[in-house]
Amino acid sequence: MSLLLVTGGRLLDPASGTDTVADLLVRDGVIVAVGPDAAGGADGADRLDASGCWVTPGLIDLHTHLREPGGEGAEDIATGSAAAVAGGYTAVAPMANTDPVADTAVVVELVLRRGREVGLVDLLPVASITRGLGGAELTPMGELARSDARVDFFSDDGIPLGDSLVMRRALQYASAFDVVLCNHSEDPVLTADAQMNEGATSSVLGLPGWPREAEEVMLARDLILAHGVGARLHVPHLTTAGGVDLVRRAKAAGTRVTAEVTPHHLTLDDTEVGAYDAVMKVNPPLRTRSDVDALRAALADGTIDAVATDHAPHGREAKRQPWEHAPCGMLGLETAFPLVHTELVRTGLLDPLTAVARFTTGPAAVRDTRGHGGPLTVGAPANLQVFDPEVSWTVDRARLRSRADNTPFHGRTLVGRTRHTVLRGRPTLRDGDPTPEVPDA
Amino acid sequence: MTAPLTDLIAIRDLDRAQVDDLLDTARELLPIARRERASVPTLRGRIVCNLFLEDSTRTRLSFDLAAKRLSADVVDFTAQGTSVKKGESLLDTAETLMALGVDLIVLRTSSAGAPVQLAREVAVPVLNAGDGWHQHPTQALLDALTLLQHRDDLTGAKVTIVGDILHSRVARSEVELLRLLGADVTLVAPPTLLPDVSGWGVTVSADLDAVLPTTEVLYVLRVQRERLHRAFFPSTREYARVWGVDAARLRRLPGDALLMHPGPVNRGVELTSDAMADPRAVITEQVTNGIAVRMACLYRLLSAAPRPEVDA
Amino acid sequence: MTRLLDADDVARMVRRLAHEILEGNGGAAGLVLLGVRTRGVPLARRLAAAIATIEDVDVPVGELDVTLYRDDLALRDPMPIGATDVPPDVEGRTVVLVDDVLYTGRTVRAALDATSALGRPARVRLVCLIDRGHRELPVRADHVGKNLPTAAEDTVVVRLAETDGVDEVVVGAGR
Repeated sequence: MSLLLVTGGRLLDPASGTDTVADLLVRDGVIVAVGPDAAGGADGADRLDASGCWVTPGLIDLHTHLREPGGEGAEDIATGSAAAVAGGYTAVAPMANTDPVADTAVVVELVLRRGREVGLVDLLPVASITRGLGGAELTPMGELARSDARVDFFSDDGIPLGDSLVMRRALQYASAFDVVLCNHSEDPVLTADAQMNEGATSSVLGLPGWPREAEEVMLARDLILAHGVGARLHVPHLTTAGGVDLVRRAKAAGTRVTAEVTPHHLTLDDTEVGAYDAVMKVNPPLRTRSDVDALRAALADGTIDAVATDHAPHGREAKRQPWEHAPCGMLGLETAFPLVHTELVRTGLLDPLTAVARFTTGPAAVRDTRGHGGPLTVGAPANLQVFDPEVSWTVDRARLRSRADNTPFHGRTLVGRTRHTVLRGRPTLRDGDPTPEVPDA
Repeated sequence: MTAPLTDLIAIRDLDRAQVDDLLDTARELLPIARRERASVPTLRGRIVCNLFLEDSTRTRLSFDLAAKRLSADVVDFTAQGTSVKKGESLLDTAETLMALGVDLIVLRTSSAGAPVQLAREVAVPVLNAGDGWHQHPTQALLDALTLLQHRDDLTGAKVTIVGDILHSRVARSEVELLRLLGADVTLVAPPTLLPDVSGWGVTVSADLDAVLPTTEVLYVLRVQRERLHRAFFPSTREYARVWGVDAARLRRLPGDALLMHPGPVNRGVELTSDAMADPRAVITEQVTNGIAVRMACLYRLLSAAPRPEVDA
Repeated sequence: MTRLLDADDVARMVRRLAHEILEGNGGAAGLVLLGVRTRGVPLARRLAAAIATIEDVDVPVGELDVTLYRDDLALRDPMPIGATDVPPDVEGRTVVLVDDVLYTGRTVRAALDATSALGRPARVRLVCLIDRGHRELPVRADHVGKNLPTAAEDTVVVRLAETDGVDEVVVGAGR
């Protein structure tokens, strides 16, 4: 029997609408008592001090690149998991663009098994929509859904499914299993050679522009197709005010659509590209300040369901190339929640409970997150984050848990940081340090 | 005193005093550039590397001559036959050049911003000889020198730039420098070839004939025929008619105006041969001035390290 | 800073140097005075004026900017390149280089290079107002206004009315 007592924290649990100071007692990974009396019967319990902290459900990331198998030079499941727990996550969804591509049960089961061996976070593998990300043949969705990984979310990640017929068939076929499809919103013809957001900044920097229309055209098509078929569509990393508007209208029209936004699109704009530091290169690109404002408003009003990191590790050498040759992507797991706390909660744009919801119940509404996301009530699995909202720290790329260091927030001072992370009653991060690897019981 | 120049990458990095100093220096160097005076030993023992990852024989020659008139040693590092195109990173190449002891890198590349990145990584000055669509600062400086040989001052001068602004590093440098020198700039371009210029401080027009009568300097940009294939404009014939400059159109230009082009000209597309022969054209002066301006830039970049007076 | 010489001293030195130049050259025939920028230029003009008084001949005066001929480019503050404004012809003539202070000799070396870039004089002479010693090159002036023993770290400044509003020579002790 294992006992864990989390004491003195402010319990922020969107699933139950709770915002109160309470202790929390966990036995064998399950919450057995919540409230002022929870400490009774806690004799011999392991204790986590949460005084002055928020106690939230463990965070869920819908959009993560762990690079294993095939890209271990930049990240692997062990280092990516360590980064995740440092950011307060207990579940992350590794994307399918690995090598080999996660388009068969063998690959997603390998990923799942590696995640369990590392034992820091639960992995919710994503499989590709098309074989080899080729955009033509569908993956065996039924087989993948019934595999040990129980895949219910399909995405070709950064490669837009441009063929409207294949996309429509994929949506139709997916509806048989009620799984979710996620397509990168980009019309690749409109973005040929594109390097950054098209606008006043790209015109000064002389970089080929990535017009917002390229995102909105593809997004509109997907919304129309999903609506017609009645299938579930998830919109990855929204970046434009126009895209927000399309999602808002589709939701009002009853389309089965959910949407996410990344921490970097919520906080950075295209003027960051000014020094041609390829760490700022990302797809979709950083947009303008007015887009940032629209995304923040949409996150607050629920048009956007979730914050998802699109954590995309790349080696230093890859990012040191000239801008046009460098790969797209930014790290996100270790800074996402502190960043949203600093820039959206402390500025009054989001109340704490809503902010937590966008990392917990929001993702849980997109797909089956298997006991993650709350509620933190008796009988529920104890997947928790203890977050210190007062501590101020400076992001140092050399001290991240990720194997890569391509964070766009290097040198930025943030307020709030994860102190403890708990996976089914077992601390995976204690006082900011990941606990040694312990296989999940 | 003028702030020392550590790199020359974009015109917007310069202030007015630095521009004036470069132009003054170039004027003094003109007799040497024109071979009216012998070359000078100023940069003897210095190694200038022409790192040309994009082919440009004309620009490379101009930099080569500029360095040699100042007695620098010049080493060429071109993309052909090197490993840069095979995936060796620019920065690996730069490390090799450092190890070889070069004192300055002249970089020409199709990658916008690559000189900015290079300058962050190497200890020697980086001189941008054109990076993608971004900047070509020595072109803008040589054009300013040319203009100032015909006009005392560019304050309020009405300059019209016509052509493919979107893909033009020349246009970006030109506009930034002309604005710094106080000129009024009008851009004339097909909307497909015009980027978002809301922050440039310029006027935009789609009617070349309407702006010509008040234009004091007409700057015609090169248009590349390959743009045709991406539907930027319908045909070279249409381009020549609507956006090109011929003798008939030049009759609308005031008699004391100047006609400029960065070269090489696509004859019959943006500029006809008879238009090039117009007495208002100063295109060949631009070429000679290019050597003097590049000498001035090399000289300034290599004399930037401040030290106390010696034998004053 | 101590004032060592005043305007009268400077004027006397210029008159004497003019006499010496004429004597050394056997008259004013074939002479060209090249002032080394900055203060060599007004000195050359004064010498020409003095010669005109003595011999009633106008000797041509030119200005020489040696910036581009120096060998200590990276050791100096960036300085503007001045105009080199020379008489049409130095070929076969006697060029007299005029400078204010002779010190390491490097400026003179640069001036010799600059002069030979202009043509081939029959001979080159060197005149300086102050010779303060500490040569780093085998250079010797033909005519010196005043020899001034100094420490290497001392500063010697010649001021002239044309450039500084006053004629004087001052010396500052070293740091």
